[in-house]
Amino acid sequence: MYKYDEIDQAIVDERVKQYRDQTRRFLAGELTDEEFRPLRLQNGLYIQRHAPMLRIAVPYGMLSSRQLRKLGDISKHYDRGYGHVSTRTNMQLNWPKLEDVPDILAELATVQMHAIQTSGNCIRNTTTDQFAGVAPDEVVDPRAIAEIIRQWSTFHPEFALLPRKFKIAVSGTKQDRALVQAHDIGLEFYRDQDDKVAIRVWVGGGLGRTPILGSVVREHLEWQHILTYCEAIIRVYNLHGRRDNAFKARIKILVKALGIEEFRRQVEEEWQFIKDNPNTITEAELARVSQYFTQMPYETLPEHDARFDSAIASNPAFATWVRRNTHAHKQPGYRAVTLSLKPHGRAPGDITSEQMHLVADWADEYSFGEIRPSHEQNLILADVKLSDLFPLWEKARAAGLATTNIGLLTDIICCPGGDFCSLANAKSIPIAEAIQMQFDNLDYLYDIGELELNISGCMNACGHHHVGHIGILGVDKDGSEWYQVTLGGKQGNDASLGSVLGPSFAAEEMPGVVQKLIDVYIRERTEEERFIDTVRRIGVAPFKTHVYGDKKKEVAHA
Amino acid sequence: MPNNKSNLILNNEIVTDEWSLVTMPAGEEVVKKQAGKVVLFKLTGESTHSAEQVAQTVIPATGKILVPLAVWQARKEELAPRHAAGEIGVWLDTHELLEDLVSSVDDLNSLPLIAVHVERFADGRIFSIGNLLRMRHHYRNDLRAFGDVLRDQLFFLKRCGFNSYLIRADRSAEDALASLKDFSQPYQGAVDEQLPVWRRVNRQPVSQ
Ligand code: HEM
Ligand code: SF4
Repeated sequence: MYKYDEIDQAIVDERVKQYRDQTRRFLAGELTDEEFRPLRLQNGLYIQRHAPMLRIAVPYGMLSSRQLRKLGDISKHYDRGYGHVSTRTNMQLNWPKLEDVPDILAELATVQMHAIQTSGNCIRNTTTDQFAGVAPDEVVDPRAIAEIIRQWSTFHPEFALLPRKFKIAVSGTKQDRALVQAHDIGLEFYRDQDDKVAIRVWVGGGLGRTPILGSVVREHLEWQHILTYCEAIIRVYNLHGRRDNAFKARIKILVKALGIEEFRRQVEEEWQFIKDNPNTITEAELARVSQYFTQMPYETLPEHDARFDSAIASNPAFATWVRRNTHAHKQPGYRAVTLSLKPHGRAPGDITSEQMHLVADWADEYSFGEIRPSHEQNLILADVKLSDLFPLWEKARAAGLATTNIGLLTDIICCPGGDFCSLANAKSIPIAEAIQMQFDNLDYLYDIGELELNISGCMNACGHHHVGHIGILGVDKDGSEWYQVTLGGKQGNDASLGSVLGPSFAAEEMPGVVQKLIDVYIRERTEEERFIDTVRRIGVAPFKTHVYGDKKKEVAHA
Repeated sequence: MPNNKSNLILNNEIVTDEWSLVTMPAGEEVVKKQAGKVVLFKLTGESTHSAEQVAQTVIPATGKILVPLAVWQARKEELAPRHAAGEIGVWLDTHELLEDLVSSVDDLNSLPLIAVHVERFADGRIFSIGNLLRMRHHYRNDLRAFGDVLRDQLFFLKRCGFNSYLIRADRSAEDALASLKDFSQPYQGAVDEQLPVWRRVNRQPVSQ
């Protein structure tokens, strides 16, 4: 993975110094709340319901074991012994003290980490696919470009105070796992007719209160021009995006207002002036950064491992884990492993300091010392030999990190919601926990099969509810907490936004409602259909009838 | 702590201001609201003054003057001799169109000073305006930021081509000077340093 040279190190060190002074001035009353706000936000520090929340950057979701150990130590020392993996692959601490943040940043800087631009109206952490570099369907390893974008966007002087936050995603695979259509800019690598690598540029996607999937602003871009093309897009946005209303300030609103043709025209016009300027990426720079993402020193192994095969044959629990929680690898004899941060009945994405240390040890022992947080809020060890899977599984199981629910109903994406977030309409974590308990029977879970259930505590959509096969959204009705259900959302190349099922529900109804949705699916599905396929085929109506039909009867009885 | 000392930074030094700022007489300020909240930012291209205000603007008879873009556009003939004498600088607001300034004068570099007024420090349009003035329109003379100008934005302003900053009156320009040096080797090419770091320095890969 990428390693800092003295230039990268100087930037994070200077940042710590700068932020320490900003915090000092704030505490001394030399900066008002309003003036300090963007400064702390651009350093990932939110003030939320109980305490500040610090969001630490994990650029494009790559961590070394050394970094994860440091996060374990920091969460123990400065927080309550746990951290939270976010849907944008960052690590969040829920209880740090504002005064301690400069010290936390100084500690992070010793392991080449920071919290720069993890929040605020600026270019945020660039995200990509958690299986970058190991996915069998990869066109290009997107990490070198993601790192080049990270450096370019870090303290970008012109784009430091945009109308609103700005998120870039890069996908290097045929199957999009980076949600390029749900980002302000999505860069999708593909091979063109001449078998040359090209980029399709998406713009104006985003969830939040106005969920919109992106539009293609340019069908074919050469990689050299990524930075200047992004510069053109963001300049048009910086000058013309709406600053008068925070809810209409994202680039998606500008693209919608102008129409994609007019927006494209403005971007292309802008680009003609800056194309080929010195920010144009050179072969040499790409080569320099790519050296950090070369192939791991894999052993040459056969496709099969006898001990592994016999463990699968004799141990059904292990076999299930392998089937659910491990993934195909481009290198024979290896698999990628997802450690589940979704044990039933606990806040999705939470991980304790002890678990961080354990995972760091396993990464060193089995996976070249690297760990990848995923946007589904799990941790991935990307390069594990078949023969190591059994011992790894035993350790993971003992540490509560082997729940075999990856991609299943209880692998819930969930925002912090009303337990932590001051913007929430409703709590989200207890809903996730209740649903997990409702579906605690693993055999039943496997029978239901692939299903994504996403929960957000308000329309800001941190939990991506719009693209969940089942989406749950916290709404406020006369000061009490209610939940609206959407059906049929999906991420990926054939992304779609869910449709609202009907009137919202009280918290205690939610596990029952999800149960009824599943009942309809089980009743209606054909042999090979996943939940989402059935919803797409038969539409929302049968689900609606089942859920609300019964509800009316109950009311009538009461 | 208002004081009599100058709060103007020009090329890394605190200097006294040679320019008199000309402003339009106050017009009717309409408080706009969106979703119950007062609207803090004006839209790009929104017109915020009347012909009357432009006509009634009082222009000092002598000395170097920094006039609003709208006044400059409307009263160019009256100002022509002073423009020729190098006594006219022009200022615009972040929501005004830079194109209007560019088309208002044959040679931008006949203006010894252009200033951009930022009503709220969080308004990042000022950065793009600076970039465009320097890079697209090749403006070479003094470029000043004034209004809600605070030290934590100075480094960015500098990188976007500004070389002069009138720090908000209640803050110390002395303290602000330090922020111009916040980072020693920025990553990306911008206005002040056009090369990205990988073209500036020979970056050797760190061994794995
Ligand atoms: C508790 C503090 C948090 C606050 C105050 C907060 C606030 C917000 C707000 C206001 C938005 C909407 C922005 C917009 O649409 O323009 C948003 C979006 C988002 N947040 Fe959070 N958030 C918090 C925590 C989190 C956490 C913990 C995660 C990850 C698990 C997260 C992930 C996201 C994502 C992915 C979006 C983007 C939706 C999109 O733009 O497509 N947030 N957040
Ligand atoms: S979706 Fe709403 S409740 Fe959940 S974290 Fe985001 S802002 Fe808070």
